This record gives sequence, structure tokens and C-alpha cells, in this order.
Amino acid sequence: MLFREIILMAWSSLGANKLRSALTMLGITIGVFSVISVMTAIGALQNSIESGISFLGSNIFQFAKYPVNVDAGGETKKKFQNRRNITYRQALRYYELMQGNAPEICLKTFGRDLKAQAVYNGVKTTPSLTVVGTNGSFLTANAYTLGYGRNLNDEDVELARSVLVVGKMIERRLFPHETPIGKVIRMSGHTFTIVGVLAEKGTSFGQSQDDICIMPITRFFEDYGEANRTVNIATQPFSTELYNRTLDKGIGAMRIARGLRANQENDFEIYTNDSLKSAFISVAGVVRIGAFVISLIALLAAGIGIMNIMLVSVTERTKEIGVRKSIGARSRDILQQFLTEAVFISEAGGILGIILGVIGGDLLALWLKVDLIFPYGWAIAGLVVCSAIGIGFGFYPAYRAAALDPIEALRYE
Amino acid sequence: METLDESLNIRPHGRSVIEIQDITKRYVMGEEIVHALRGVSLRIHRNEYIAIMGPSGSGKSTLMNMLGCLDTPTSGRYEFNGKNVAEMDDNELAEIRNREIGFVFQTFNLLPRSTSLRNVELPLIYAGINPEKREEMAAHALQEVGLADRMNHKPNELSGGQRQRVAIARALVNNPSIILADEPTGNLDSKTGGEIMAVMETLYQRGHTIILVTHEADIARHARRTVHLRDGLIESDDYLPLMESEFAISSS
Ligand SMILES: Nc1ncnc2c1ncn2[C@@H]1O[C@H](COP(=O)(O)OP(=O)(O)O)[C@@H](O)[C@H]1O
Ligand SMILES: [Mg+2]
Repeated sequence: MLFREIILMAWSSLGANKLRSALTMLGITIGVFSVISVMTAIGALQNSIESGISFLGSNIFQFAKYPVNVDAGGETKKKFQNRRNITYRQALRYYELMQGNAPEICLKTFGRDLKAQAVYNGVKTTPSLTVVGTNGSFLTANAYTLGYGRNLNDEDVELARSVLVVGKMIERRLFPHETPIGKVIRMSGHTFTIVGVLAEKGTSFGQSQDDICIMPITRFFEDYGEANRTVNIATQPFSTELYNRTLDKGIGAMRIARGLRANQENDFEIYTNDSLKSAFISVAGVVRIGAFVISLIALLAAGIGIMNIMLVSVTERTKEIGVRKSIGARSRDILQQFLTEAVFISEAGGILGIILGVIGGDLLALWLKVDLIFPYGWAIAGLVVCSAIGIGFGFYPAYRAAALDPIEALRYE
Repeated sequence: METLDESLNIRPHGRSVIEIQDITKRYVMGEEIVHALRGVSLRIHRNEYIAIMGPSGSGKSTLMNMLGCLDTPTSGRYEFNGKNVAEMDDNELAEIRNREIGFVFQTFNLLPRSTSLRNVELPLIYAGINPEKREEMAAHALQEVGLADRMNHKPNELSGGQRQRVAIARALVNNPSIILADEPTGNLDSKTGGEIMAVMETLYQRGHTIILVTHEADIARHARRTVHLRDGLIESDDYLPLMESEFAISSS
């Protein structure tokens, strides 16, 4: 029998039961959608990371108490919680030791616990500002640029001045019609004078980077306390060539600052763009495996759905099968016909899932502000898997149809 | 009339197209065993017109399905064109049903969602004939049964007689040597039944072998040979006298 005929037959018999075919198809669509959308989004992210997005400012390395994916498991988290904080004293010691080896050394501590909300003239920002106590190197170390006004300077830090450099969102919210420079705002029970505004940075991984305000680290400790806070230290070497040498020196200085003996391991984490990339990639890998397993289960369920519907269809069409056999259809023809229908449902669902998945994944990528991709590999794999499901789960019903005794099938009412 | 010659030699001889010997068919239904056929032997030659008669339950349909290679006997031998049917595989049987035999059923057995044209094309699809040729042949077959203007109608848009004519067009479209008709007029009124029998007569005249199951003497009269079944056995096997068969032709 001609291939064209088989396709036409499958099309017309599926068309006779549109709702049922569509619902069966939907199962496959969901399974394929879940895997394709996740793979598209992760692929897009990874793509842009590998092609040069920097987590840190360029060339920068950073020391911190906690590793990136500290949320990975309870046991490891405990280990890091018990680790000593990096105190401001230790950070200052590092700062001194590294003088002359690096142009920018940024000490910073985050007030994540503050639920900071800035108020000016009765107007309030959201209560989720990122408050950072730091020094003038923060901008370079975190790839911010100053919009206007001035940056923090060493004197601000020495004198613990109550000054703030604020992000674009804060400026927009509180000062839509006037300059914020020189204005005094209240934040978490303290008042600050705004001296500078950062240029807009946009979102990164879906988080706004413009609802930030930075103040001298010394002021931060005075206002919000120093106990239970840990300081992150970012260092920028003089040049790319000196990166590795400076990193070695930095690790040495850090060990001294932490008072480690020669036989003790580093009790701090070292962040480089490379280490962040590989951390991201390993997280992405876990998400991928998760998406893969989930969609495999979904596809399995969808496959069983196809088998169920095909069995119903064979029973309903017993008479038709009898008629076809009585006028010369071979068992093979009947097998092909039903198998094609199963593959057809599966493939149609798969193609729809791929289209929706790519759209969904790319919408996510769009929101994360990374370049869009089409995951060819996964799309092809999706089609192959769908064919396999169609054939795998369609075979038994098709076999039952093909094996029907012509006369009994004809007699069926 | 050219049939005169044939009618003189009305008892055919020579090689037969169908030959069955001592065919039995048993159905086991739980405790009970039904003997549908108890040992039937029959020889059918090319271009015969046979009516198989008998009361309901006498085994007519069972015999017919056997002859059409749709069913297999419990015992006995069936040779189709000199080949033992028991030794044929699924593909060979399908090929015989496709090319050698055209089946016409009492209940028409058309595909309800397909048009007349598509229904008639079906055997050609399984014969692997290309779409253009197929459509032409199907249209021609429908024309021959007088349904040229009903090609794109679905079965539920046709009358009983028209449906049966579609079924006949389907049976003859692949130009099979044998037409098997199991009570083709059973679901039709006598006028429509007469029209169907006229189509059968034309096919016979054109050289097809016609095997017709019926329990109505009126219908059986169209045939040249009548086999009577009773309780799964052949009771009589008669060739009609020349005069009566001539009468049958002129009256239809
Ligand atoms: N599939 C079957 N299962 C059980 N008994 C059957 C089956 N087909 C036919 N029979 C029985 O075989 C006998 C002959 O049936 P059939 O050939 O249909 O008779 P007819 O066509 O002459 O009316 C009947 O008694 C019928 O009940
Ligand atoms: Mg019957």
C-alpha cells in the first residue's frame, strides 16, 4: 500500500474523533513541552554565559564564606554555617597585605536581613532594597558605572559618613521630578544623604540590579551592627596577565588574615568567573536531568494514553477492519494503518510540544535578557522519542487489529 | 443471443475454479457444538451462476465465507484455481480476496464515513494501483451500476438499493472472476431487489462467475444452477432447464 494512502487514512480516521485525538495528543505535547522549554531556557543561558557574560566584574576574584550553591544540601550547608565569618578586621588585614598588588579591593557586606525600605517625603520604595556596606571599589568589582554625582571614597569609609549611592530604581521612585543629590532619605531607622546615582544595569537572571543602595561599610556596621555579618572581598589585579599571580597572592594574604596554619585548609570560598560558570553549569546539569526525567515520566503516561485510545479505536472499528480484510487488506496493511495513527498522534503532539516549548523557553530567555536559541538537538531527539512512543505503544493495539479474524470482525456489531 | 450456445452446454466441464471436498465447520459454544457444515462437496466452473438456497441456519453464509477465503473449514479440502487454500498464508489469501473475489453482503458493509467513490476505490488501494488510475476505475464501476451522479455521497446519504449498488461496484472494480453475494437483496424491497438482480445478470453475461446466497425462490430463479442446503448438508444440486433459465433472463 502506498505511504500516501496510509497517511490519508490515518488523517481521516483521526479527524473523525477530533476531540479524542486532540486530548491524547495533549499528553505528548505536555511531556515534550516540559523538556524542550527547560532545555531551551538553559541552553540560552549557558550560551550567553559561555559567550562572555561575567558574573563578576572583569578579571575579578572574590573570597567569601559561602559557596555559590550553598542550598544544594542540608549537610554541606551546616558545614558552611559553622564556618567562621570573615570579619571586617580580617578583611582590613587582607586589604593591607594586598596594597600595591591590586588596584581595586572591594570589601562588602550585604544587609539581606534588613528588608530595607527607603522613604523620602512620604514616598516609599519596595521593602526589598539590596543594601550594601562597601567602599569605592564596589562599582568596578560588580560592573556598575556611576550615572551622576560621586562614588563612595576612602574618606567616607574612614569617617563612616552617612552617605548613599543609589540605584536607578530608587531615583525613579523617590525623585521623579528633582535631583536626588544632596537629599536626605530615611532607611531602616537611619538617615542618609544621597551623593551619587548608579547608571541603569537592568536585570540579571530575572532580578533587578537597580534597586540597590551602597554606603560606607563602616557606616553600615555602626547602623546595623557587625555581629553575625561576614565580609566578601573582591580583588581586581592590575592586568589579565597578572591574574593568576595576584590570585595566588590573594589566597596567601587571605590565609594570613584568617590566621590559618600551613596544614589547615582554606576556610573560605574562592569565586572566579570560571568557578561561577562551572557552578552554574553544574546546577544547569541537575535542572536538565530533572526536566528530562519528569518529561520522560510524562511521555510514558502519554504513551499509555495513546495505547488506551488505540485499543478503544480498534474495538470500535472492528467491523471496518473486517470490511477491509474482506476486500483484500493484508494483516500488514491493517498493522501499518493503526501504527501510523498512533505515530501520527504522537508526532503531532510532539511537534506542538516542541513549538510551544521553544516559545516558552525563549520567552524565559527574553525575560532573562539573553540571546534566544533553537535547541535543534533536543527538537530532533523529541521527534525521535515521539516516533518511538507512537510505535512502542501503538504496536500492541495495531497488532491486535491486524490479527483479527476477518469473519469474526465482519460479524462484530 | 450469444447465451444460446452456452445454454446448450449448460452443464460445464473441464477445469473448475472452486473445488471443495467434504468441508465441515463446527462452532464450539461452551458446552454446545454447532455443526454449521457437515461435509459439503462442490465444484464450480468459470462463468457459472449458482444460487445457494436453504432455510435460515442451514449453513449458507458459512459456506459462502469459506468460498470467499474469509473463513477456514474445520476439516475438508478447498482448492481455489487448483491451489490448496489451507496452505496459503495471509498475504496470498488477501490477494485472492482482493483480485479474484468480489464480496457483496446483505448489510452492504460500506465504510460509513467515506464517499461512494472512496468506498469503491478501497480494493484498488490494497491492490497498489496509483491514485489517478484508481479514481478512474472506481468512477467507471459506479457508472456501470448507474451511480455516476452519487460518487461523492456518503452511505447515509444513499437509499438501500443505492448502497448495495455501491457495494457491487466495489466488488467488481478490481475485475474479479468471482462475485460472491450473500443475500444481496435481503434488506431491499422487491423492486430494488429486482434492479440489483439485473446488475448481477449483466455481470454474469460479461463472464463473471456468480455465487448467490438466498432463501427466496424468486431471486434464485435468476441463477442457472441451484444448490439446496439443509442442516449443513447439500440436499440437491440442480441445473435449470434451458427454457426456465431463458425465462429468467427475459423476465429480469
Ligand atoms: N460464529 C459463529 N459461532 C457460533 N455459531 C455460528 C457462528 N456462525 C454461524 N453459526 C451457526 O452455524 C449455523 C449456520 O449459520 P449460517 O451459515 O449463518 O446460516 P445461514 O446463512 O444459512 O442462515 C447456524 O446454526 C448458526 O447459528
Ligand atoms: Mg446467512
